Amino acid sequence: MPPRDAAVIAPSFGIGGQTTYNKRPMPAKRLPWMDSFFKNLTRFSAFFVFSILAAILVSLAFHSQLTLSKFGFGFLFDPEWNPVTQEFGALVPIYGTLVSSAIAMIIGIPVSFGIALFLTELSPVWLKRPLGTAIEMLAAIPSIIYGMWGLFVFAPIFAEYVQPALVKSFGSLPIIGMLFKGPAMGIGMLTAGIILAIMVIPFITAVMRDVFELVPPLLKESAYGLGATTWEVVWKVVLPYTKIGVVGGIMLGLGRALGETMAVTFVIGNAHRLSTSLLAPGNSIASSLANEFTEAVGDMHSSALIELGLILFLITTIVLALSKLLLLQLAKQEGRQT
Amino acid sequence: MKSEFVQRFISRAALAFGLAAAPVALAADNITGAGATFPYPIYSKWAEAYKAKTGIGMNYQSIGSGGGIKQIIAKTVDFGASDAPMQAEELEKNGLIQFPMVIGGVVPVYNIEGIKPGALRLTGQVLADIYLGKITKWNAPAIAALNKGVKLPDQDITVVARSDGSGTTFIFTNYLSKISAEWKDKAGNNTSVKWPAGISGKGNEGVAAYVQRLPGSIGYVEYAYAIQNKMSYALLQNSGGVFVGPDDKTFKAAAANAQWEKTPGFYQILTEQPGKDSWPITGATFILMHKKQDKPENAVIALKFFDWAYESGDKMALDLDYIPMPDNVVKLVKAEWKKIQDASGKPVY
Repeated sequence: MPPRDAAVIAPSFGIGGQTTYNKRPMPAKRLPWMDSFFKNLTRFSAFFVFSILAAILVSLAFHSQLTLSKFGFGFLFDPEWNPVTQEFGALVPIYGTLVSSAIAMIIGIPVSFGIALFLTELSPVWLKRPLGTAIEMLAAIPSIIYGMWGLFVFAPIFAEYVQPALVKSFGSLPIIGMLFKGPAMGIGMLTAGIILAIMVIPFITAVMRDVFELVPPLLKESAYGLGATTWEVVWKVVLPYTKIGVVGGIMLGLGRALGETMAVTFVIGNAHRLSTSLLAPGNSIASSLANEFTEAVGDMHSSALIELGLILFLITTIVLALSKLLLLQLAKQEGRQT
Repeated sequence: MKSEFVQRFISRAALAFGLAAAPVALAADNITGAGATFPYPIYSKWAEAYKAKTGIGMNYQSIGSGGGIKQIIAKTVDFGASDAPMQAEELEKNGLIQFPMVIGGVVPVYNIEGIKPGALRLTGQVLADIYLGKITKWNAPAIAALNKGVKLPDQDITVVARSDGSGTTFIFTNYLSKISAEWKDKAGNNTSVKWPAGISGKGNEGVAAYVQRLPGSIGYVEYAYAIQNKMSYALLQNSGGVFVGPDDKTFKAAAANAQWEKTPGFYQILTEQPGKDSWPITGATFILMHKKQDKPENAVIALKFFDWAYESGDKMALDLDYIPMPDNVVKLVKAEWKKIQDASGKPVY
């Protein structure tokens, strides 16, 4: 087979009858088996990924047999985590993972939406590029940097100024007050959630901006032509047109938040204790694994940690499935409205 | 032109292959070990000096004591290292011997405004009650009674512990369990425990970062780490009733008073040792090796290295704030090495 970039000099006749010499690739020899070979290759790749997924699931389940059989479903609801008595339950890490990710989403989604909106609809053209690049650079920062920044820079400021204010203004309210109690350490569930929000914003923003830009100008301009405000255009034209992409971006961010390890480990406080207060230290599944796996003593401890991994796997799967369901639901409504 | 390219390619490939092959060739003469993170700085310093002298290197992976035990049982390394000694029956079951290599201490460190390093005095009981969450203020009567003349603030105590399993935690909780029955009952003694109060940081550096950053906090770190980071440490009352500070003298006193010869498998945790000069939270870090050696030549290389470290490594250990083993203990260890045998039952070293 000739090298791909080998070129032959072939004469060709340009405009005006001049003879010019262009580089033209030699016509490739047709290989009839190529098509089926390529098809099989792609099929193999697709199934290979699938089988890796299945293998991970099986090996996680296999290595967590010990705790699966000993604690059963009770593992999910047991707040105890005691390596000395070998009693393990996953409630605290599950709670921590879900709550910190929820905080990240509550903060991250509106902010990302705002940024994407500004970049596509409102920003002057000369600002779009530098701003967009800056946001994308945030995504390139390694997570450990966020963790260190969170611990050394963000947490002290948060403890000094924000937490006392939160406790003062909400601490005495009947139900919300339970969320804002305890000493201001700057480390805990809320800090972890905020750091996670900063980490997922570039992901969600990037996807949102890209899909917002795909909206045909004709649609938007028609709406503007009918006298719609920017808000109405975004809410009634842009969002409905791009909702699949928007949900996809949010899920990408949520996936990152659920599995984030190092940044969370730095700021969540790593305490296996259940607390209603968001200012109290907690633990997440990923940071429990990072903390304890290397020095897990005894089979039961390792098995419990592997089962935590299995649970994280299932949580992300459920989240993905729910997002697909949500999209289906949205698609159905569409049919009814028009 | 083409042939030139081919030539260059071949020469480059040969070079790359040569580079890749070189470490493999060396690895045959290398000692491999894995385990505790606490002695990693001194092991790597010894390894460097030993390599300069003999050309034999040591490849030590500081993956944690638990990992070290797993690896030596699986025979993937020549020796394992652990901060928590294995019980004699555990050693027997896995066909291992263990011996102490170097001594270190755990020190309580604090961050209280206006209180100088070494100005805070604590007893084991008070320390246990702080970690149990029973004493929550720095000006609590129990602390004030020990520190007459020190102006203690009316401040919440933030308790900081290690979140990852570690030998440091093992030594620290061992001390608290010896002192306080309630601690033994509620939390116990292990490389990681269920902490009744406070927050946890990963590694010595994580604990140190929390303590340095949170006003009113108390934590515990390895001695070497506290010294190198100039952290404020507390004085502790030892079993002789004296308040002592952590330094090489008080660690040595704790090690000397321990009765190594009477404990099979060197199962000796040096906390709360007798003597007026003993630092109460002292611990040795241990090496694990197989009794029956499939590759006796590797065991010999490793033992030669340890022998050299005992004989000529003391100064390096002290430089890094570790305490070398006392000579009488080294003698016992070398007698124990006779148990390492080849397939025919002959001692290898």
